[in-house]
Amino acid sequence: MKGISVRLEGLTKHFGKVVALQALDLDIRAGEMVAFLGPSGCGKTTTLLMIAGIYQSTAGQIYFNERRVDHLHPRDRDVGMVFQSYALYPHLILFENIAFPLRLKRTPQAEIEQKVRQAADLLGIGHVLDRRPAQVSGGQQQRAALARALIKEPQVLLLDEPLSNLDAQIRLQARGEIRRLQQQIGVTSILVTHDQAEALAMADRIAVFSMGKLQQLATTDDLYLRPANVFVARFVGHPPMNLLEGGFENGHFTMGTLSIPVPSGHLKGGGSLGIRPEDATLDGEVPARVVVIEPLGRETLVTLRLGEMDFKVLADQAARPTLGTEVRLGYRRDRVHLFDQAGKRVAP
Amino acid sequence: MRRYSAPLVFLLPATLLIVLFFVAPAVTTLYLSLTDISTITFRHPSWIGLGNYYSLLRDPFIGRILLNTAHYVGFTLLFNVGMGLLLALLTSSVRERYGNQIRAVWLLPRILPPVVYVLIWQGLSREAPYGLISDLLGTSRNWITAQPWNVIVLANGLVGASFGMLLFTSAIRAIPQDLFFAAAVDGATTGQTVRRVVLPLLRWPILFVTAYQTLSLLTSFEYILLLTNGGPGFYTTTVWSLHAYQSALSNYFGNVQFGLGAAMAAVLVVIGIAVSLFYLRIFNFRALVGEPKVEIN
Repeated sequence: MKGISVRLEGLTKHFGKVVALQALDLDIRAGEMVAFLGPSGCGKTTTLLMIAGIYQSTAGQIYFNERRVDHLHPRDRDVGMVFQSYALYPHLILFENIAFPLRLKRTPQAEIEQKVRQAADLLGIGHVLDRRPAQVSGGQQQRAALARALIKEPQVLLLDEPLSNLDAQIRLQARGEIRRLQQQIGVTSILVTHDQAEALAMADRIAVFSMGKLQQLATTDDLYLRPANVFVARFVGHPPMNLLEGGFENGHFTMGTLSIPVPSGHLKGGGSLGIRPEDATLDGEVPARVVVIEPLGRETLVTLRLGEMDFKVLADQAARPTLGTEVRLGYRRDRVHLFDQAGKRVAP
Repeated sequence: MRRYSAPLVFLLPATLLIVLFFVAPAVTTLYLSLTDISTITFRHPSWIGLGNYYSLLRDPFIGRILLNTAHYVGFTLLFNVGMGLLLALLTSSVRERYGNQIRAVWLLPRILPPVVYVLIWQGLSREAPYGLISDLLGTSRNWITAQPWNVIVLANGLVGASFGMLLFTSAIRAIPQDLFFAAAVDGATTGQTVRRVVLPLLRWPILFVTAYQTLSLLTSFEYILLLTNGGPGFYTTTVWSLHAYQSALSNYFGNVQFGLGAAMAAVLVVIGIAVSLFYLRIFNFRALVGEPKVEIN
């Protein structure tokens, strides 16, 4: 099974007057796993369903390698899909659920038998193949859905929130399993999720969506270290980045009475400055008052009152301050993020 | 006793209704069927045991009437359920607004008084130039006399289909959309999706509609009464329930035989129970309500 590349060009979807997806351009390399990450209603599932062929695009093209597929019925696209609800056929036993795509292709019984057993054993559900979906656990249902998606050896694997209905513990395990399997088979995969930890852990690259638009497509590291705009900066990372809104002038960022020197001296006008909680310290120069203390075990999340806004600092357990006292806020100068008035990253 | 008094009080109204309108008539019917009560003997009926049942067995037309009943119930049911399913599938595959409109139109004959509905059919079935069917087919006939069974089945089935249509539509709507998506991705055509996913999931409503319609068709005769009154000719379209009605409540000679009619009604009840048991068996009722065997992993 060899993966293929997936290319989206100006892909657009309108539902009546609502624009669900606006002119999306995206290149997914062969064998890669890309996560579509974003809050609900951002267009990520819509995009997935258009790639699957379930939704018709309003405009734009979809290519698998160099073959244009957006006019094709789902059955002619050679994709496998795992749904958030798993969408297993409730009246069929797991064996028949997994065999379903092969039965439709009139595969010989012996081959079906062999392939289903193989896939089921690989996913550890060989012993429950004679049960109906309602008679097995959520984790087993999820694996059966994955087996069904992979059984016809698709060129593209689409995963729509495949883990969100699982218990936290099984979810961690399934995360690793899916990733390992995907790399083993080398199938080009798209994972839709609203859980950034899942996206960061599983995908080669992450496409962050918001309001029907692609905000950034990058590796985990790039996304974290160089967010393309204010949305990505706020959305990726936990606890989220602190964003101070103010203006740039003479090599300084000013917000109220606060003035911070910034590396890019040419900046002018309104904008914002971002500092991640882990890049901030409590031994700097900016005075702030401690309003909330949340011990997290290894670290302590300290919320400071800075002018008119809250500022979160991830501090060492040892450096835990006292509630209500005044501390001196500091930050790593090489780790500040600067955004212009429109929210676009300008430096560094 | 105190402990059960509250539940008993709550059960009382429903129990009273069931006893009054179900148990009492059934027992009365059974009792009457064992007497020779008729217009003549009304005040002094005598107990004749299974006499009425013996005379049913000796009736030379009883075979004919049973066959008629099977024909009527079988074909009407086939048309009913098949048409209901077809309508449900079609109206749920078009845009919701159009589907609703089609279904609403199809329900109209159901809210029409049966007599008016039958009058329309009589009008439609007349010879040319008056009858629409004669006009459309280009052959002038009185279709009620020429094809009594077809007219009866159509008149019944077109109204009856709306019952299945409504039930099947709501059952189809209850199927999660993801299943249709999954079937499409798995490579199913529309036909395969219907056959392999939708129909199996409609097993319960199909069982229910089939069983319910069988029972109600077994006892319904008003359209036959109004369309052909069992004719044309001798018992051509007389079904069991119509025969029972004519014996018990209305016949040519004025001497209606309540006892005999009651015996026929009792036989109908037995047939109904037998048919229900048969349905439950072929649809594997036990498996449909079986306990899930959940295993936590």
